[in-house]
Amino acid sequence: MNRIIKYVIIDILKNKIVVAYTIMLAVLSWSAFSLEDSSTKGMLTLLNIILLTVPLVSILFTTIYIYNSAEFIELLLSQPIARKKIWFSLFIGLSMSFIVSFIIGAGIPLLIYAPINTGVMMLLLGVIISVVFISIAFLSSITTRDKAKGIGMSIMLWLYFCLLFDGIVLFLLFQFSDYPIEKIMVIITALSPVDLARILILLHLDVSAMLGYTGAIFKDFFGTTLGFLISLCLLCLWFIVPYWISLVRFRKKDL
Amino acid sequence: MNRFFYIVFLFFLVHNVLGKTIVVGKGQPYTKIKTAVHVASPGDSIIVLKGVYKEGNIVIDKPLSLVGKNLPILDGQKKYEVLSVKSNNVTIDGFVIQRSSVATLDDPGGIKVYNSNYVVIQNCILEDNFFGIYIQYGKHCIIRNNKIKAYGIEEQQIGNGIHCWKSDSLLIIGNKVDGHRDGIYFEFVTGSTIWRNIANNNIRYGLHFMFSNDDAYICNVFKNNGAGVAVMFTKNVKMYNNYFSENWGDAAYGLLLKEISDSYIVGNHFENNTTGIFMEGTSRIIAEKNSIKQNGWGMKIQASCMDNTIKKNNFIANTFDISTNGTLVLNTFDNNYWDKYEGYDLNKDKIGDLPYHPLSLFSVIVEKNPPAMLLFRSFMVTLLDKSEKIIPSLTPDNFIDNSPLMRPLLL
Repeated sequence: MNRIIKYVIIDILKNKIVVAYTIMLAVLSWSAFSLEDSSTKGMLTLLNIILLTVPLVSILFTTIYIYNSAEFIELLLSQPIARKKIWFSLFIGLSMSFIVSFIIGAGIPLLIYAPINTGVMMLLLGVIISVVFISIAFLSSITTRDKAKGIGMSIMLWLYFCLLFDGIVLFLLFQFSDYPIEKIMVIITALSPVDLARILILLHLDVSAMLGYTGAIFKDFFGTTLGFLISLCLLCLWFIVPYWISLVRFRKKDL
Repeated sequence: MNRFFYIVFLFFLVHNVLGKTIVVGKGQPYTKIKTAVHVASPGDSIIVLKGVYKEGNIVIDKPLSLVGKNLPILDGQKKYEVLSVKSNNVTIDGFVIQRSSVATLDDPGGIKVYNSNYVVIQNCILEDNFFGIYIQYGKHCIIRNNKIKAYGIEEQQIGNGIHCWKSDSLLIIGNKVDGHRDGIYFEFVTGSTIWRNIANNNIRYGLHFMFSNDDAYICNVFKNNGAGVAVMFTKNVKMYNNYFSENWGDAAYGLLLKEISDSYIVGNHFENNTTGIFMEGTSRIIAEKNSIKQNGWGMKIQASCMDNTIKKNNFIANTFDISTNGTLVLNTFDNNYWDKYEGYDLNKDKIGDLPYHPLSLFSVIVEKNPPAMLLFRSFMVTLLDKSEKIIPSLTPDNFIDNSPLMRPLLL
């Protein structure tokens, strides 16, 4: 298994896209922190990177990568290796390269410039978001054999989580503004990993506002250790469940 | 010879003015403060030596100087009001006054001044009292350099640190109030100055003004109080160079202004509050040269405010700079520095060429629909905000700073 992971990582490195992604992250985050006079604005730029760029790059690259390595997978399947192992190695290889590039690209400036709590939190969430979208890409690429359809599905999912979901939530908020919906809203955020990550970071960035009358509800939930652990677990579910479904499908798939 | 008589005459004069000195303490002619007060004649000094005095309620009903040496302790045993001042020209200096009784009907205090003028209370430490220092119908009183501490948990079970009622021309200088209901409370107090006090960790407000006109508070620090500082139903108050910080919570404000007019807010620092300044029903206020930094909401100006001028302030790193609850804008914003301003300055006069709309669309949305805070900083909301900045449709378009500064003021 280790050998397969090694091959996957070497292959990804040869591809150079992940290297370019690392450099892009580094340029963006270093410039964000050094151009602005306060670190808050730099952190806001990084927040947007975590919420938009990281999901987009990881979901698209992974989907295309899996489609392109169809032959490699078929070759591996002809060897006496369990399907579970092959799929898992692919997942680990991709996740590792994205995690490392996020840590090198964005993590170092974050740890240098941002306050330590916020920095570590953003680093952790960036890593989790990368893995979540890799695992969603696994799911969408196993769902259909058609490459165009698969990539399209990935883009749609990215759009949904990063844009449409917030739009729907905003719409619901206004439709049901006469009802006490704060608690339900907390539950609804759990339906999107991007929103969960955003709120956890907001509690560090805009702590004064989050203590206001509405924020207090979120603060009471997400701000406590228990709430934080629950949201971390939810985020972990967001990469475990899609990966697991994709694994089940991969094992049954007739290649 | 003449000179000698002069000196003798002066000596007697001074002696008469100073009065005589009575020493109270262990092994002294008097061991109780009460008896010393009883035998003293007006103008005398009573020096109290170190020790613990549990004498119940001590009433000072003649002009005396009560001076503690090495901080003698007056203990109310949770049964009595400790010191009651019922005479003009009383000085109380250097005592530890602790454990007054608790009663909501007659509000006992560590030191309570009844209808008296020219009372000086200084260098005392008041601990665990219901009210700390209570002045009713006092004029020209000075409260100076006291440390007042209580351990209140609930609002209704603890009094205020320094409570002034129907008084005039008070000076409250250099006191430290901690853990009371309100740090300093003014009701119907006029012409008074509050200077260089520190009010931290009080359950309700650090400073609470009601119906108190023509007062000034200068260079005070209000930190981590339940709901910040409240100035209500008042006119002509001067607020200079104070620090309002870390007033966090549901209804917590750095400074809460309600029904107040003709006042000045100059050179204050508002940092890390849920809301920096909250204005409701205020008029003709000038807020100038304040630093408003890292608050959830820099200023909340309700639509009931009019003719206020907000100029030359720094708004830095607030989640929302300004928020309001209506579309009516009768206030002027001018020459402020906004760190969210994205305009340019072609003629290099350090004033931005484009006007700045300090009211973001999302702050209006959150005001109307608070749970929307959940979506803050999401891409969707950022998009909405940007488009609103370019073409204001939902936010009032006269909510505007026509000459925003390009660089922060040095405050």
